[in-house]
Amino acid sequence: MRGGRFGRPPRRDERLRTESLNRKAAIPTGSQSGRESERDPADAPAVELVGITKQFPGVLANDDISLTVRHGEVHCLLGENGAGKSTLISILSGMVRPDAGEIRVGGRMVQIDSPRAALELGVGTVYQHSTLVRALTVLENLLLGETRGLRLDVEAARARLAEVAATLGVEIDADAPAGELALGRQQQVEIVKALWRGSRVLILDEPTSMLTPQGVAELQKVLRRLKETGISVIFITHKLHEALAVADRITILRAGRVVGAIETAELEGSSAEEVQGRIVRLMFGEDARAVADVAELRTDLEGEQAPLDEQRSEAATLLALSRVSARPVGGFDPGLEEVSLELAEGEILGIAGMDGNGQRSLAEVIAGERALSAGEIRLYGVPVERLDVSARQKLGLRYVTDDRLGEGIVSSLPVSLNLFLKRIGQRPFWRHGRIEHRSVEREAQSLVKAFDVRTPSISTRAGALSGGNVQKVVLARELSFEPKVVVFNKPTYGLDLRTTSTVRDMIRGLARGGGAALVISTDLDELLDLCGRILVLSGGRLVGEVENGPNAGERVGELMVGAGDVAAA
Amino acid sequence: MSELLTRTFLTALISGGLIAGVSLMFTALGETISERAGVLNIGLEGMMLVGAYIGFVGAYYGHSFWVGFAAGIAGGAFASLFMVVLCVRLGLDQIVVGIAITLAGEGITSVLQDTQFGSTYPRLGAPPTVAIPVLSDIPVVGKSVFDQPLIVYLGLVAVGAVSWIFRRTNAGLNLRAAGEKPEALDAAGVSVVATRSYAALCTGAFAGLGGAYLSIVGAGTFTPFMTQGQGFMAIVIAMLARGKPLWVVLGSFLFGISLSVATALQLAGINISTDVVNLLPFIAIMVALVAFARRSYLPPALALPYVRGAR
Repeated sequence: MRGGRFGRPPRRDERLRTESLNRKAAIPTGSQSGRESERDPADAPAVELVGITKQFPGVLANDDISLTVRHGEVHCLLGENGAGKSTLISILSGMVRPDAGEIRVGGRMVQIDSPRAALELGVGTVYQHSTLVRALTVLENLLLGETRGLRLDVEAARARLAEVAATLGVEIDADAPAGELALGRQQQVEIVKALWRGSRVLILDEPTSMLTPQGVAELQKVLRRLKETGISVIFITHKLHEALAVADRITILRAGRVVGAIETAELEGSSAEEVQGRIVRLMFGEDARAVADVAELRTDLEGEQAPLDEQRSEAATLLALSRVSARPVGGFDPGLEEVSLELAEGEILGIAGMDGNGQRSLAEVIAGERALSAGEIRLYGVPVERLDVSARQKLGLRYVTDDRLGEGIVSSLPVSLNLFLKRIGQRPFWRHGRIEHRSVEREAQSLVKAFDVRTPSISTRAGALSGGNVQKVVLARELSFEPKVVVFNKPTYGLDLRTTSTVRDMIRGLARGGGAALVISTDLDELLDLCGRILVLSGGRLVGEVENGPNAGERVGELMVGAGDVAAA
Repeated sequence: MSELLTRTFLTALISGGLIAGVSLMFTALGETISERAGVLNIGLEGMMLVGAYIGFVGAYYGHSFWVGFAAGIAGGAFASLFMVVLCVRLGLDQIVVGIAITLAGEGITSVLQDTQFGSTYPRLGAPPTVAIPVLSDIPVVGKSVFDQPLIVYLGLVAVGAVSWIFRRTNAGLNLRAAGEKPEALDAAGVSVVATRSYAALCTGAFAGLGGAYLSIVGAGTFTPFMTQGQGFMAIVIAMLARGKPLWVVLGSFLFGISLSVATALQLAGINISTDVVNLLPFIAIMVALVAFARRSYLPPALALPYVRGAR
């Protein structure tokens, strides 16, 4: 028995233990194919959900959802933000309890009332937000949650890591602090963690949101190997092309309901366009309003063809950074090292890079929130590095932060005041140190209307708005009163497709109107959609520049992972 | 300054420093445990006082130092139950509740002392000590450093044990994760609330023991407010020690010595205003904070109540 090495005393539920050990034993053999286990009559579907319903205050997140996941298949759950995907997997992973419905794992009806119960049933989850403890080593992260025995069994864990890593076909340094690994590697550790106790069902929640194209390719390889060992994968995504690339079956959710499913035969039998068209209709329904979104989705799908700004060479330079450096912050931002860039009138310049490579420093140095240690920043040719935030604001240099709820708004203040946070004390909104309620309200009303902020009223607490509307409030503030050069940090992160499309239109509108935008994003598709040029930031340095065009995505990805030098040589 | 180095002065300085240092050590060790688990225990001062009072009562009526220490541990743990229930379970603000525990501990023990011992002022005798052979024969410092009650040696063993638990055991790993990233611990199937509850209880127990040591061994009696801010110093020590128990020992004895300088200077017959002398330990803390503030490390999830699913 493999588990014996761990020196655990027998569990209370002996049957469960034996089962999970058998499962564990099944992982490394790699011979059992998904199809075989499917034919086995004794073997019920890996997971069955029947009539799952979950009501949150004001939202029916899951409405009578039924779903079957077979052994050894990659089952995609596809839907927009708010379609109920996250709630469904929270229920399956034991974070949330359903109000009604049944869950069957391996044919047995079960109650999953805690993450631990899910793990013991063989359901492992890789959450969208990393659950690795950065300060702990990979091994310590994997050992976390072990309660049997007193001492950490490091040697047994090392052996188990080697075993699971071999199954996945990856190599992982057991003693590196988790926070120092690249994001793709961290995700592999998360997958190892989810399979640690012999899980047969793996849930991946938006697993590609942080990965480079190369990381995505590697993830797909890992998924194929998992399938070969008969492990079922539930893959949650809102990106259609990803679902098509990895799925054996696709279930589409909209507004908390299952609105359709694409079976394996259909995925294999029909042309890509037919399947896409069908899925798009299912995702957005047949209503007329969705047409615009579908168009947006198509560009998202095709991705590569982005607008090139035609007369860039003749346009005036609005913002120029020359050899700008900034000190590192804590352990999470490496600062900047001799960053030089030029932003011309009418241009949308992209900054690609994985999180924590100096993006925040770059944005804050330009906005004036952080001091630079060396270098020069010129706005319209005039040095501004000594000016403070509000002086730069007045010159038309704006910053749309990625920290919407923290730095972006004061959540306890009304929407109206949030729109004027950066104009405190200025006329006509303040006069003689007193707030001029009437002009604030008048202007707020018109801004709310112009930027389509969906709020009950302008006196609603800003914190009560949805993420998309909070972003619109921030945009309304930064893009009003003659913006000229605007730094956008992850402008559409976490927003639904409609708002994403609106925000991107605003960015394009700014550039068309003679302004310029610097878009910092970890979403490569977004940069390819918006920008003419993309600079790659890595470890606080600009490591390369890519003109948007065919294969731009791959080249940016190579630069992000540091393979750029090889490619160039 | 030659008179500073007299035998009396040194002996008084070191033995006083050890008494203050040992109680600081217990308390700061406790704080290290809960800080690592993500619970900031501002109520240490109150827990120490409860431990000091109940420990003294236990030793006085139980006629045993060990009964006294056990009672102190129980008293401190009881006081920390409020922290466990209100902050860890119900998610109330740890700072507010901590201050409440401190104030309540100060007030309640003062009133109890006044009604029970206000007119008699009973005292305990000196506890038996265990001398370490050879080392205790070193002139001047030998007797005061290496001839201590057994509980002091046990305390040093406890430091080693806590250090070992942090680094080498499942429980220690869970504890660290509860302070670094509780959602990771939760996802791994371990209850964050339970982990933090045990940690907070341990903290109370250690603070209670620290207080009991102060009243039973240090003073031989209980006087109101006798901890003189040691609970707060323990918090500073725990922060500067970055969760490392061995650094806790070092910090505790440094602060302990600065606390005992006051007494020692008076014994040595040096004529400095006591008010000035009494300021010394706090000046030492401020200097330490200014000098080493960059060194301090607090777990990211410290003082944040954990709610599953909230981001």
